[in-house]
Amino acid sequence: MNAALGAAQKTAPDSALAAARAPLAGKEIRLEVRNLNFYYGAKQALFDVSFSVPTKHVTALIGPSGCGKSTLLRTLNRMHETVKVSRLAGQILLDGESILDQDVTRLRRRVGMVFQRPNPFPKSIFDNIAYGLRVNGYKGSIPEAVEKSLHRAALWDEVKDSLHKSAYALSGGQQQRLCIARALAVDPEVLLLDEPCSALDPISTAKIEELLFNLKDMCTLVIVTHNMQQAARSSDLTAFMLEGRLVEFQSTEQLFTTPSDPRTEAYITGRFG
Amino acid sequence: MSGWAGTGHRRYRKAVNYLMLGSMALCALLVVGVLFFILGCLLWNGGSDVNLNFFTKLPAPVGETGGGMANAIVGSIKLLLLASLIGIPLGVVGGIYMAEFAGKLSAFVLQYTADLLNGVPSIVIGIFAYSLIVLRMKHFSAIAGGFALGIMMIPITIRSTEQFLRSVPGSLREAAMALGASKWKTIVSVVVPAAYRGILTAILLSLARVAGETAPLLFTALNNRFWSPGWNQPIASLPVVVYTYALSAYDDWHRQAWAAGLVLLGMVLLTNIIARAILSRGISVPR
Repeated sequence: MNAALGAAQKTAPDSALAAARAPLAGKEIRLEVRNLNFYYGAKQALFDVSFSVPTKHVTALIGPSGCGKSTLLRTLNRMHETVKVSRLAGQILLDGESILDQDVTRLRRRVGMVFQRPNPFPKSIFDNIAYGLRVNGYKGSIPEAVEKSLHRAALWDEVKDSLHKSAYALSGGQQQRLCIARALAVDPEVLLLDEPCSALDPISTAKIEELLFNLKDMCTLVIVTHNMQQAARSSDLTAFMLEGRLVEFQSTEQLFTTPSDPRTEAYITGRFG
Repeated sequence: MSGWAGTGHRRYRKAVNYLMLGSMALCALLVVGVLFFILGCLLWNGGSDVNLNFFTKLPAPVGETGGGMANAIVGSIKLLLLASLIGIPLGVVGGIYMAEFAGKLSAFVLQYTADLLNGVPSIVIGIFAYSLIVLRMKHFSAIAGGFALGIMMIPITIRSTEQFLRSVPGSLREAAMALGASKWKTIVSVVVPAAYRGILTAILLSLARVAGETAPLLFTALNNRFWSPGWNQPIASLPVVVYTYALSAYDDWHRQAWAAGLVLLGMVLLTNIIARAILSRGISVPR
C-alpha cells in the first residue's frame, strides 16, 4: 500500500506534497509529515498538513496564536497523547519509519522536547540532566555525559561549581538552558522547541538563539515561535501556519523576503496576527 | 458643595474599621487561648507527675501511690505502628491511583467514599473492628486496636496524598514523559518525589490524629495493667488509660490521668513540629 503510494507520488506527485518538498532540494529528510489531520474531540485543529524537516537544520513554525503550530509540534513526538480526547489521522515518518507504530518511550528518547516555560525537576542540577540517562538505562559514565550535555547547552561554566544545588536556584534563562541540556543528554536525533524563549528576557533569548545555531551541527531542530524576528534570525526553513493549515513552507530567507502567498505576506508585514 | 462625604462620615468609617479589626483579633486570640488554656490546665494538674517513673514504671497496684505508664506509652506506639502498616500503604497507593490513574467518575466515587469514611464516628469503626476481629479471635488484642486506628488513617492519608500529587505541576510530568519515561516511571521518579514532603507531613498528622483516639480502642485493644508481649493480647494505650483513670475514685489516679494527657499532647505537638520541619526543608516546586 505504502509502496504503491510512493510510486504514485514519483510519477504524478500530489501538489501539496510537492509544495512541501520544494525547499528541501538536495537535503536529507529526517521527519516527514503526510496529510496530517488532528482533532481535539470534535474540534479539528490541523487540516491536511504535509511538510518535511531536513536533517541538521533549524526549521521554524510560525503563525498567530491558535494556528495549530504547537499542536503540530507535539504530534512529532506524540506528546499529544497526553490529551485523552485527541485523535490523529495521517502519517508521520522518522527516518522513513512511522512514529505511530513505535514504542512511545523509545520515540521520545529519539525526539526530545523543550517547553514554553522552563520546567526543571525539583532535583539538583546534576540529577536533572542525569534523569533521562537513568530512565533510558544509559550504560556509560553518567557524570561524563552530564558534563558533556552542560557544555553543549553552554551552561557548564555557570554551574560547574554548583552541580548539586537545586535547579530552582538558577535564573529563568539558565533553567531553560538546563532543560535543553537535559533533553540533549539522551542524544536525541530531533529536538522540538515549543516557544522556548517566550518566558525569557532578551539577553537570555539571545543566548538560546546562539545555542540553537551551534546545536544544529549535531541535531535536527524544530522550533515553534510567535516571534517572527526569532524565526528569521535562527532558522533555515520556515513554515507559516494559519487556522490549522500550512500556508507556506520555504527557506527562511525566501519566506521573509518574497513570500508566495498573500496571507504570508500580510502576516510577516504585520497586517494581522 | 462637593458630592463627597464630610469628615463625620470618614470618622465613622475609621471607627467601623477599627471595630472589625479588633473583633477579628479577639476571635484569633480566643482560638489560640483555648489551646494554651488546655496546655496550662494539663501542666498545672499533671505536670508534677511527669517524671522518670512515669516513663519507666508499670502502674502501681490499686491503693498504692506512684508507679508509671511505661506500658501505655509502649502500647500506644505499638498500636500506631500497626495502624501505620494498614493506613500508610493503602492511603498512599490509593491516593496515587486517585490522582494519576482514576477517570473522572471513579475519582469522584473514591473521593466521596473517602470523605464518608472520614466522617464515620470513631466508635462505629471500633464496632466494625470488634465484629471483624475481636469476635472471631474471641479475645481483645493489639491487632484489633491497630486495625481500627489504621482504618481511621486511610481517608486522611488517601485524600491528602491525592491533593499533594494533584498540586505537582503538569509541566513536570510532561518533562519526564518527553525524556522517554513511562507513566509509571514518571510518577515514581518525578511526581511522588516532588510531593513526598507533603505526603510525609500528611502521614504524620494522621498519626497524631489517631494517637488520641479512645473510642475505637475501648472494645478492641481494651486495656492492660501489665506489659503486653506480642500483638495478640489486650494492650494499654495512653487515651484509654486517661479514660479509665479519670473515671476512677483515687486522687493519685486523677493526677496520673492529667500527666498521661500531657504526655499525649506533647507527643502530638512534637509530631506536628517534626512535620513542619520536614515541610520547610529540601527542594520544593515553586508555584
